[in-house]
Formats: sequence, structure tokens, C-alpha cells
Amino acid sequence: MTEAAAALAVNGLTVSLAGGEPIVEDVSLAVAPGAVLGLVGESGSGKTTTALALLGFCRPGVRVVAGEITVAGETMSGLGEAAARRLRGRLVSYVPQDPESSLNPALRIRRAIQDMLDEHAAARELSTVEEALESVHLPATGAFAERYPHQLSGGQQQRVTIAVALVCEPPLVVLDEPTTGLDVVTQARILAEIERLRRERSLAMVYVSHDLAVVSQVADRIAVMYAGRIVEEGPTAAVLGEPRHPYTHGLVASIPDYARRRSLRGIPGVAPGPGDRPRGCAFAPRCPLKVERCELELPELEEVGGGRRARCFEWRRTSALVTEARKEARTGAWEAGPLLAVESLSAEHGRGHARVVAAHQVTFTLARGECVALVGESGSGKTTIARAVAGLHAPSSGRILLEDVALASKARKRPKEARRRLQLVFQNPYDSLNPRHRVRDAVSRPAVVLRDLPRRKAEAEVGELLERVRLPARLANRFPDELSGGERQRVAIARALAARPDVLVCDEITSALDVSVQAAVLELLGELRVELGLALLFISHDLGVVAAIADRVLVLEQGVVREEAPVEALLTHSEDEYTRRLLEAAPRLPVRSAAS
Amino acid sequence: MGLDRSATERYFDWLGGLVRGDLGNSAAGYAQGGELPIWNDVKWKIRNSLVLAGITTLVMVPLALLLGVVSALRAGRPTDHAISVGSLAVISLPEFVIGSLLILVFFAWLDVLPPVSLIAPDVNPLSEPSKLVLPVLTLLGVTTAASIRMVRAGMVEVLGTGYVQMARLNGFRERLVVWRYAIRNALAPSVQVFTQNIQFLIGGIIVTEFLFSYPGLGKELVDAVNIRDVREVQSLAMFIAAVYIFLNLVADLIVVLLVPKLRTSA
Amino acid sequence: MSAAAHAAESLRERFRFLGTATGAIGFFLLLLVLAIAALGPFFAPHSPTEPIGVPFERPSAEAPLGYDVLGRDVLSRVLWGGRSVLALAGLATLLAYAAGGLAGLVAGYSRSLVDPIIMRGADVLISFPALLFILVLITGAGTSKAALVAGVAIVQAPLVARILRTATLEQSVRGFVEAAVARGEGTFAVLRREILPNVVSPIAADFGLRFTYSVILVASVNFFGLGLQPPDADWALIISENRDGLTLNPWVILVPAGLIATLTISLNLLGDSVARALGRSRAGVLA
Repeated sequence: MTEAAAALAVNGLTVSLAGGEPIVEDVSLAVAPGAVLGLVGESGSGKTTTALALLGFCRPGVRVVAGEITVAGETMSGLGEAAARRLRGRLVSYVPQDPESSLNPALRIRRAIQDMLDEHAAARELSTVEEALESVHLPATGAFAERYPHQLSGGQQQRVTIAVALVCEPPLVVLDEPTTGLDVVTQARILAEIERLRRERSLAMVYVSHDLAVVSQVADRIAVMYAGRIVEEGPTAAVLGEPRHPYTHGLVASIPDYARRRSLRGIPGVAPGPGDRPRGCAFAPRCPLKVERCELELPELEEVGGGRRARCFEWRRTSALVTEARKEARTGAWEAGPLLAVESLSAEHGRGHARVVAAHQVTFTLARGECVALVGESGSGKTTIARAVAGLHAPSSGRILLEDVALASKARKRPKEARRRLQLVFQNPYDSLNPRHRVRDAVSRPAVVLRDLPRRKAEAEVGELLERVRLPARLANRFPDELSGGERQRVAIARALAARPDVLVCDEITSALDVSVQAAVLELLGELRVELGLALLFISHDLGVVAAIADRVLVLEQGVVREEAPVEALLTHSEDEYTRRLLEAAPRLPVRSAAS
Repeated sequence: MGLDRSATERYFDWLGGLVRGDLGNSAAGYAQGGELPIWNDVKWKIRNSLVLAGITTLVMVPLALLLGVVSALRAGRPTDHAISVGSLAVISLPEFVIGSLLILVFFAWLDVLPPVSLIAPDVNPLSEPSKLVLPVLTLLGVTTAASIRMVRAGMVEVLGTGYVQMARLNGFRERLVVWRYAIRNALAPSVQVFTQNIQFLIGGIIVTEFLFSYPGLGKELVDAVNIRDVREVQSLAMFIAAVYIFLNLVADLIVVLLVPKLRTSA
Repeated sequence: MSAAAHAAESLRERFRFLGTATGAIGFFLLLLVLAIAALGPFFAPHSPTEPIGVPFERPSAEAPLGYDVLGRDVLSRVLWGGRSVLALAGLATLLAYAAGGLAGLVAGYSRSLVDPIIMRGADVLISFPALLFILVLITGAGTSKAALVAGVAIVQAPLVARILRTATLEQSVRGFVEAAVARGEGTFAVLRREILPNVVSPIAADFGLRFTYSVILVASVNFFGLGLQPPDADWALIISENRDGLTLNPWVILVPAGLIATLTISLNLLGDSVARALGRSRAGVLA
């Protein structure tokens, strides 16, 4: 592929903060016309910065320090903002992550599309607004075009931004996590749409995402980024099936996939930020294959066969890393009699006219040591049920029983023992810890309130609790804003454990975390179950996560239980139409080669 | 005057009169030996105050919009710093300080403008512009400075939104981005800004008219308070409050017109 | 990071606003004016109420600022004139915070009808132009320091309530507050331990503006002669009394006006830089 024919050629791109810390270092990419490159990485990897640089754009406080970018033969790098803008839209365009905040709320859809055509004068004759709407399968009517963004659904909004991006027929489109935030079924539809458009117009695409499963469905080639550099690159199936870089391997191993029943392995540690990158390989501190050389020298991207490259001295040993099959660890039957029973629970939101049914006659039980998962999309009522069980949301009818004793709807009215035995861990780790309290204060609090321990004694237990969640005891002195998301979530779990509970209600506790961090937390939960005999009520929207941790699953749609079954049965032979739709829409990694 | 009846009775009496448009007779009027209906007294003073408020608003709105938007577009740079610190300084000053300093400069030192703005009852204030300059400048000070800061804040917020960044990523010219994507969305909050400033304007008018002895509602009010003419104070205060509420309603209406989300249902 | 290092870090954070030009200038100017106002009376060469010279005579060695409308020493009157404004404005602001703060906290935390009731009440008060309200109050209650303080406090309290309500509401839906509720902790404990420490920030950011506004209101009412009465010395009253002698002895107007201006500007500069420092320290790291 010659440079002139390539849709995109990037050479040595380096982007830094104003203070000189590099966000993206020495990135080189190539995309053939009509091909799709997946750019993958977790938070802090620099993938979004790279994506924006392809349009000649930098966020405030950030600037391109080196590198050349060529799109369809024209130079995109080193241009001033005004010159870059003239090329955007016509040469390369952008599909954003959050369509709602990317559309001007004061403009009708028609105007949004027309502006794109008008601004790129040569394009004005290319299309009408109606044709643009038609191309993304939106109603090509005047009435629809007159709508405002807030009158469209999330999926429709995203189609509009795609229409805007394509209307000037650029040879290259950069998509930045375009389906994050959409529910699974809509996501599947949008992905299908993107694929169709790609075929029809021979579009070259750079698809940025943290979601390997999604990327595996759309991309021909994948480039994996870590700490600002590309660490592995090659054809998608090969890279995901037989990773050559230990990070890629760890990433693949941490992806929940309900079809591949193996235990999730997280990657210990935290990715370094722009200022903290170590000498040598940035992944070395967390790498299972690390040797002395890795900490002293920075490895270069070298050819590893099959048109692939990897940035690792030890890449030959990567295939030897093993991922175990999922342990069917549940030894023995559950103790007789359910620990927690929910009977005909119904709950609502709002008052009067605005009343919405969140849950309707939901019934299930949880035995000691068991893990029951509530699965559903947003609006399914799963979080409401969890909050009702924890005493934060008063149900409109039904009962919640802890060992055959009915619990009051409000936590405050429940006996102390009941509050102690049932603990809740929240979804947002950035919100569930008081920023003004040290870790020690947060973790010791439940013991003081619920076990009547004097403060000294409660604080003495903190070190042990932190170790139980695999955190160093010295973190006890820290404030939450000094910790990463994964660390905060572990602290939240430690706090829950301080009460010595029997039941742990986990409300989407990993949704806000990076995939590898998520895997590590799920691993921890699994271990805690065995060590402490905890029963788990696990809420999630991700079937893959549920497959990794649950014994039984309840599928919820709009507050109603669609199906309840042991996890194996549900995933392999579900009879319910809604469940099957969810299973089909969930993105999965390609089937691996026999080597795994 | 019915002072022999109880306070409550008098109050309802007055309310009834108000509804009928009859503001009653002022104590000062009685003191002068006759029944002087308040309305006659007050009619031309209302006009005078409205002239002052009107001129101030006409100058203030475009000035504040201009400086606020420019300040936001050049955020962090010298122009912005100058405008921001300047407006912060001005907004800190009580009107009478601004007015007094202006009088010191333009009268005591330069002797080009009169220190007092006495205007005869039947004379249209617009016919004596030199007497209006200092009062208007005084009023402009605080209201403009406050408006600039709020317009700037609103504009900065809009400039940081996802859709403004998207417009730039779509390759739109900066002029289009600023006008159709930024200012267009910053207008609605700005209207609310100006309503808040009506509060400042009303308070400012009271002080300014008193300082310059300008015969308007504000001075009338302070004089009435000084002689404890409860009825007149009540009526004037009611009137001013009513105007204020009316202006607020108008502003709310404008906001609804400007923000599509409020007009249409999702 | 050790506990000592973290303590030092947070102290540095708290005084970060001093690092900025506006913050430092504001701080020192404010100290200057406060010193003049508080300690002035000890340095006054003459009595602030005794006429001792020719009215409106220009500055001389005897009277560095000349004489005022009644022949009193301007310098002495000015040195005595700061206390009233500061004391009255300070008291009014404190009362506003006490009443408004409590109301806002209760309104923000209770998810019941109490919230809209309190807020509607606050809205009604806010919708009345401040100066107008105070004047009406004084008409009814008479000119007294108590009426003035009460009026300013009543006008400011709903503004404080609004800010506190918003802040409390924001905090009360956060995870750690819900965690406390799920533990069964009582309302008082939750407000004290979880919510209060986290609303200090918006209060501190607003304080400068609040206090400045109190000063402006008090000074304006004194200017009308409806607050402090002659022969008391008060900066605003001095300006008001001496307007006619502007051309004869401009210093009578210039100095008190300059002092008021310095007070309010420095307060606002300081308040602004504190607000910015607080806003910035909350912003997280770039993702």
C-alpha cells in the first residue's frame, strides 16, 4: 500500500500537555481505503487524543509536538486551526461519543445537516437534507427534519451525527466510542448501520473504543494503545485470538463473554498517567513476563510475523500465558432455606401524574453463599429493586424478608442487626466515598454504627479489611481523590465488609470501571464469596459480567421478570424472546483458535 | 385620613383603593391644607424615572453583550483580564460612591456637568441632556458591570459545551460557531441576567435620584420615608414592585421563546 | 503521603488564592481598611463631633484633611467612621447566614413539602428589590440600627438559603450520603458528618460577595440619612452631609468615598480569588 493510496497515514505522532508531559508518544498508523482500524485502549491510553489529532484538533492545554498525518494524500498535520477546518468534513469527519451533547439544542435537525453542506461549499450540490436522513434510515420527511435534538431518541440522535459526518462524502471517518451510552439493542442496530454505510461507500474508518468485543465486530485491523503508545497492532482476529503483547493478553482475558465460560482475570495495578510513565516499558510494573531489561529500555514496535507488530521484548512468551477455564466452584448445595426472600415486590417512581412503575410483582430468593444476578437494560427496574432491598426506596407493595423476618421499607426503621447483615455497594466509585473523610474513617464507620464498636477498635480493623480487598494498608490515611476508580470501589467493598454482612447487594459496581479493572474487582468478589460465605445480589446490564459471577439470573424488562433460570441454562437455551434478543445483541469476541 | 380607624381597616381600605386605581391622598398633601391626590404628583415623576431607566437600559444591554461576549471569547488573555477586573471593581462600588466620584471629576475638577439635576415638573428631562449624563453614567456603572460578568460566565459555559466542540470538529468557520452555536445558546441565560439587573436598576435609581436630586420616583420614595408618610411609601413601593414583577414575566416569556426545549415537548 | 505532608498540602491549598495577584492585592488592601476602621479612633487627633474650625476649609498642618460642613476635623471623623459600617454589615451578614443557612439546609435535605414551602418564601423575599424592602421596613419600624441590621439580614438570608439549598440537594443524592442512610444513621448525624463538610465550599466562595453586598446596603441607607443619624461619624453619612461643599474641600468627599471603595473592591477581589481557588481545586485530572 503506497502512501498516496492510503486513506490514512500517521507517522510518529506525539501530543503533549502544556507542561511537556506526553499524552501520546510516537504513534504510527496506516489505514487502507475502505478498511477499518480499531483503536483500542482503556482510560488514559491516549486514544481519544489520537483520534482528535487525526482531524488536526487538540483540546485546550494540549498540543501536537511532532508527527505527520496524511489523509487521502493531503497533509492534515502542522496546519493552523483555520486551514484544518477547511479540510474537516470534506476530507475527514468525526462521529462523537455522546450525540445528545454534540447536537446544538437550539437548531433543528435540518439546519444541523444543512450547515455541514453549506460550510463545505463544494459539497452543497452533493446532497439534500432528506437524502442525508434517508442514508441513515431516518424518516426522510420535512416533519422529521424540523425536529429539535431533544425530540429524538438516543439512537436517532446518533444517526443524525453519522449523517452529518457522511454528508460531504469524506474518504475517512473517525468514530469515537459511538455506541457507548446506548442500550445493547440500539447499539447493535447502530453498528449494523455503520457497517452497511462502510460497504456502500467504501469508507475508511478509525473506530476508537475501550470495548474489545464491539471493535472485534467492526474492525479489520486493531491497534492497542497503552500509556500513550501503540503496544500491539495487526489483523483483528489474530491479535485477539493470539495476543503477542502481555497487555493485550490481559485485556482479552478480562473481557466478560457469556459464551466463553472462563473466569475473568484482571490486570493488577493501575495504568500510569501522563506524568508518571516509568523509564523503559510503561507496562512493566504490571507485567507477568517482566525481566530486568523491560525496566531499563523502551522496546520498539517490531515485526512479529503475519503483518503484525508488538512492542515487547518477551513477546515470544505471551502465548504461554494461560487463562483458566471457569471453576465450577460452588461446592455443595446451598444451606437449606433462603436467606433473603423478595415477594411480589412492586415499586414506583414519582408522584401523581408522573408516576412510573419501576418494578412489578418481582419475586425471588437468595440462599446463603449464592449469587443471584438481576439483568436488564436501563429502565428495567433492577436498580430500584436493589435499593428497595437495601431500604433506600419504599416499595408500593410486596415484602422483603431476611431469614423469614419482614423488613421495614426504610432502612432507618429496620433493626440494627438487619441493617448490619445486608450491605449495599454503589455503582459510582467517584461518588460513594465522602471526599472529606479519609479511607480509615469511611471503612471504620459501619463497625461503629452497626456493631457498636468503639472507634479505636473499629479503626484497628481497617488494615485487615483493606488487605482482604487486596489493597495496601497504608491507603487508610488517604483521601478518596488520591485513589483510582478501582481502588475506590475496593474501599467501598471493604466498608461494606466492615459490618460483617451476610448479604452484599452490588449495584452495577463495575460499570464505571475499565475492563481490566472490572475483571479484577469481579475476581475479588468471587474470592470473597468463597472465603466469607457471602450471598451476593448482583445487578448488571452486562450479560458477560453476569455469566462470570452468577449462579442464577433474573432477566428484567420494564420492571417485569421475563425469565429466571440457572445461568448456564439461560445463556445456552433461553426460551424467552426478550432474553434471546439481549443475547443476540450483546457484542462478543470472535471464536478463538484451538491454541486457547 | 381615617387615622382613627384601626391599622387593618386602613390597610384594606387602601388595597381596595389601589385596585380601583385610586392611590388616595398623601399625608404631605393633607399637611399642605388640601386633598392632593397622589397620582397627579407622581405621574411626571414616573416619567422621569422611566426616562432614566430607559436610557440606561438602551446603553447597557448592547454594551454588556458586547463586552461580555468579547471577554469570553478572549478568556484568559489580557483583554479578558482587563474587562473582568474592571467590572469586578465597578460592581463593588455603591452607586453613591460612583456618583460622588463622578461629580468630583466632572464638576469640581472639570466643571463641565452640573452636580445636581433638578428639573421642573412640566419639563421633559430629555430636553436637558446635560443634567442626565451623570445620573445615567452612575446607573450604567453597576448594572453594566454586573451584566458583563454574567454574560461572560454564560458565554464561557456555552463555549465549553460538546456541541460547540462538535461544530469546530465539523469544520465550521469560527464566525458561524460563535454566532449560531455559541451566542444563540447563551442568549437565554443572558435574558435572565438582565432581569436580575432590573433589581440593581431599581435600587440604583433610588440612590442616584437622591444623590442628584433628580425628581423621580426614587427621590419621591426616599423623601416619603424621611417624613414617615406610610401611605405614600406603600403605594410607591407597590407600584415599583408591580413593574418589577411585570418585567420578570416578560423576561420569562422571552426565555421560553428562545429555548426550543421549553416550547416543545420531547 | 504521610499525614503531616497531607496536612501541609491542604494548608497550601487553602491559601492558594494568595498566590494570585488579585487575591494578594485584595487581602492586603482589606487588612489596611480593616485596620483603619478598627484602630482609627485611637489615632484621631480631635473629637469627631466637636466643631473646631471653619467649615470646608482646605487641608492644613492642623487638619490634614480640612474641615467639614460644621467645621469638624475631617480626619478624625474619617478615622471614626469605619466601625459602624463594618459592625452593622458584619452582624447582618452573620444573621443572614444563620437564618438562611439553616433554612437552606433543611430545605435541601428534606424531600418533602418543606422544601418548596421554604423556597417559595425565599423567592418572594428575593423578588422584592432589596433597597426598596429596607426602606419600607424603616418607614414602619423607624430609623434605628436594629431596623437596618434586620432589614439587610432579611434581604440576604433568602440568597444564602438558595445557595445552601442547591448545595445540600447536590450532596444529598451522592452515594456516600445514601450509604449513611442505608446504615440507618439519623438525620442530624448525616447532616453533620456527611453533608456539612461538603457544602463549606460554595459558602466560602459566596461569602465575599455576600459581605460586600451588606456593606453596600448599609452604606446606601446611611447615605440617605436613614440609618446612622447625625452627629454620628459614618463614611457614607459624611459623604451625604458634605455634598454641598464639594468644590470647597473635595477631600471631605474623596477620602471616605475612597475608603468605602477600597473596602468593597478588596472584599470582592478577595472573595473572587477564593471562589476561583475553590473551584479549581475541585476539578479533577484530565481523563
